[in-house]
Amino acid sequence: MRRISLFFTSFVTWYLLTWPYDFKAQIMNWQIFIAGIIVSIIASLLFIKVFTQYPHKIFSPVRIFWAICYVPVLFFSMLTANLDVVYRVIHPRMPIKPGIVKVKTGIQSDSGRTALANSITLTPGTLTVDIMDDGHMYIHWIYVRETDIEGASKKIVQRFEPLLIRIFD
Amino acid sequence: METVFQVFFGVLLLCCFMCLYRIGRGPTAPDRTVAIDILGIVIVGFSALLSAVTGKEFYMNVAITWALVSFIGTIALAKYLEGRGFDE
Amino acid sequence: MNETIGIIFFGIGILFNFFGCLGLIRFPDVYNRLQAGTKCVTFGMIFILIGVAIYVGFNSLGVKSLVCMIFILITSPTAAHAIAKGAHKANVKLWEKSVIDQYEEDKVD
Repeated sequence: MRRISLFFTSFVTWYLLTWPYDFKAQIMNWQIFIAGIIVSIIASLLFIKVFTQYPHKIFSPVRIFWAICYVPVLFFSMLTANLDVVYRVIHPRMPIKPGIVKVKTGIQSDSGRTALANSITLTPGTLTVDIMDDGHMYIHWIYVRETDIEGASKKIVQRFEPLLIRIFD
Repeated sequence: METVFQVFFGVLLLCCFMCLYRIGRGPTAPDRTVAIDILGIVIVGFSALLSAVTGKEFYMNVAITWALVSFIGTIALAKYLEGRGFDE
Repeated sequence: MNETIGIIFFGIGILFNFFGCLGLIRFPDVYNRLQAGTKCVTFGMIFILIGVAIYVGFNSLGVKSLVCMIFILITSPTAAHAIAKGAHKANVKLWEKSVIDQYEEDKVD
């Protein structure tokens, strides 16, 4: 099961990178297609160790639905983040008050924590510095508003946590 | 149309020179690493824009490869800063 | 029509890129520079690559640019996180007007 999912993942990546089908001429370049199948088989034999342990999560429709719901949330917070940074850059006196605070997250799986850290990095004024094993994260904040763990968690993590728990846990 | 693209390329070149200034000036090693990372991403955008203007697929291949290699280089530099081996 | 929309996307993306690089020069320490650089440049690059996909239409070039966009969206925050951790491990101090550093307080060596 894991091998088959890895084969499909690598073959889809190969297909997107080469794109052998030409829409205007309606021609499929079979050479590239067959080479992709062979390379994907070799990859699924060799790199099975670094693949995810729970391949059934990738193909579950509920998770894919929540992942699609996650995209506009991420895009909107990225937009506000960028306007915020641009405001701080072009302001003559630079209104920044930086510091590193500690937050707590309830997400258990590793991929979920990675996604949460990347989302935090892309959203207003925050940058993940380190992740501990017990679910604590250290966050560099460009304008510190809360210094205790609960307040900072409420301000930073709460926006993404419910959706990411539905997607990854 | 031509003028618009000339302005775009000029602004991107200005971005590259800002990154180069930070690479040359930066007081500490992490400053230089940050600037190298950003310079790599800006060059990916440059190459993508060039592929859109000329319509050649070759430049987009360059962009994808540059993104991959730049990411691996940045990770290697960060591990070096952290004082760890590369095999962890 | 597609070309006009593509050029507008290029313009927005390059504007964000420019402000990101300006922040790289103006901000006072490594962590703030990472904030400005990573956020603005990633966002601008997403706009540029979507603009390429709109400009050239749905063919192999457009699909490749979308793949490149997903790749940058995943790798750029990871690289920023690695640099921030490495800088803190290498004893690079925060800006002197910083408020709090709980990572330094919790460090056990």
